[in-house]
Amino acid sequence: MKKVAIIGAGPAGIEAASILARSGVEVTLFEKSETPLKNLQDKAFLFPNFQAAQEIIDDLSGKLLVDGITLVSGVEISELKWQGTEWKLTDSKAQTYVTDAVLIATGYQVFDAHRKEELGYGIYKGVITSLDMEQMIKHGKILNANGDEPKRVTFLQCVGSRDEKSGNHYCSKICCVTAVKQAIEVRKQLPKCEASVFYMDLRMWGQGFEEMYRTAQEKYGVSFVRGRISEAAGTFDGRVQLKSEDTLMGLPLKMTTDLLVLMVGMEASCGTKSLGKACDISGDYGFIRTVNPHLYDNETGKPGLFAAGTCKRPMSVSDSINDARSAALAIKDYLDTI
Amino acid sequence: MIEFGFALKQTRQENMDKVSLDKYNRLLDLEPSFKRCFQCGNCSATCSARQFTDFSIRRVHTSFRRGEYDGLADELRKCMLCGKCTLVCPRGVNLRSLIISMRQILDEPEKTGRR
Ligand SMILES: Cc1cc2nc3c(=O)[nH]c(=O)nc-3n(C[C@H](O)[C@H](O)[C@H](O)COP(=O)(O)OP(=O)(O)OC[C@H]3O[C@@H](n4cnc5c(N)ncnc54)[C@H](O)[C@@H]3O)c2cc1C
Ligand code: SF4
Ligand code: SF4
Ligand code: SF4
Repeated sequence: MKKVAIIGAGPAGIEAASILARSGVEVTLFEKSETPLKNLQDKAFLFPNFQAAQEIIDDLSGKLLVDGITLVSGVEISELKWQGTEWKLTDSKAQTYVTDAVLIATGYQVFDAHRKEELGYGIYKGVITSLDMEQMIKHGKILNANGDEPKRVTFLQCVGSRDEKSGNHYCSKICCVTAVKQAIEVRKQLPKCEASVFYMDLRMWGQGFEEMYRTAQEKYGVSFVRGRISEAAGTFDGRVQLKSEDTLMGLPLKMTTDLLVLMVGMEASCGTKSLGKACDISGDYGFIRTVNPHLYDNETGKPGLFAAGTCKRPMSVSDSINDARSAALAIKDYLDTI
Repeated sequence: MIEFGFALKQTRQENMDKVSLDKYNRLLDLEPSFKRCFQCGNCSATCSARQFTDFSIRRVHTSFRRGEYDGLADELRKCMLCGKCTLVCPRGVNLRSLIISMRQILDEPEKTGRR
């Protein structure tokens, strides 16, 4: 039986594992966390259909029960070496594994908001990230710095993306629609609380996204301001005062808010960066580089080494899963040739 | 009886067929980083001079980009060259150098010899 190692048990890794296992391949799936799907566990509802993240977790977890998948969790793969005919993987405990092919599905991590000091994350309690907001929504506890119900929640787009200063020129693709999703959730849970989104461009590229934006305006009264917040400062009563320009009015804007939500971007995860480097397939910003974005987007140019999901670039869950399916097909084709 | 009529007024339309972008193009030669500006307004939001006057550096450099140079030299005098805008620009536009270049171009005598 041919053997494949998949590194990373996120949506992409699990989807590819289940397809390969069902077609008779022996799959070992490595996950550095104690449980798979860490990056979905901290989410509440998913765009574009507001489906509970838990439902997706349950479904994907079911796929792990297929015969032929061995899940090795709590293990981080730290080395990856081609040995002429097969790949040798070494984990952080120095244990080694040998396989015919490898799929890198090591995913993303969010931008560390501390790096944008002027926005006050880690300094003022009222400044939080989109991940913190997901948690608040999930637990039905959207609270300001004083532990009270907020009267106003403000979202700021493009934190750590499209930003020369953080070294990330790219757009993270999912934060625009995530802000709209979260603003709607805020208005659903706290109908008396105002929600505004400060944006430079609203990128509603996916099916259903533009409709979500309309719904946010029409049904939930979310306001949208075209401008970037340049500074945030704490007030004596635990709120946050922010400074921006309303670029459509051409006027400076000052506003006090209970919560400022920083829509942090997606960066390559540490695992993605280090494995990419080790195998000489590290591309822009540490994401995995594929051979050709149109034709060979799961191939890395190294024999039997493939990549899928957000280790390549920012993607939504559905795009990560679709990408994993195409990777499984490419891996099957490769296994047939050896 | 009330007289109805039309007053002749200078139109406030940007006429993209008539403007001359010569000065703007020279500005890009002097400060190429300005090509990257995507109009976010972070520069004017943080501007020190903006806190006390109605000076908007974004409006000034946008007018320059559109070939509308009238009054810009006076406007630019309000800038104190403190450089805060340069620090916050997400596209890495060197605004302080841009401002100095705009002043320089606007202060030059016209090519026709008129002042
Ligand atoms: C705030 C926020 C909200 C979001 N909301 C939505 C939404 O509503 N809808 C939507 O479609 N998408 C949403 N997303 C995006 C979604 O999280 C991703 O699309 C999805 O998680 C990507 O899946 P993946 O499998 O590519 O990577 P990941 O989910 O990152 O999985 C990669 C896995 O690999 C593991 N790993 C990494 N390195 C190693 C190693 N060396 N060894 C072993 N294991 C390793 C990691 O622990 C991780 O479990 C959101 C993202 C953010 C930041
Ligand atoms: S998706 Fe939106 S918020 Fe995210 S980086 Fe792109 S433009 Fe900015
Ligand atoms: S350099 Fe001029 S335009 Fe820039 S922030 Fe200072 S005063 Fe404002
Ligand atoms: S901050 Fe930079 S990109 Fe934004 S408007 Fe000013 S010059 Fe342009």
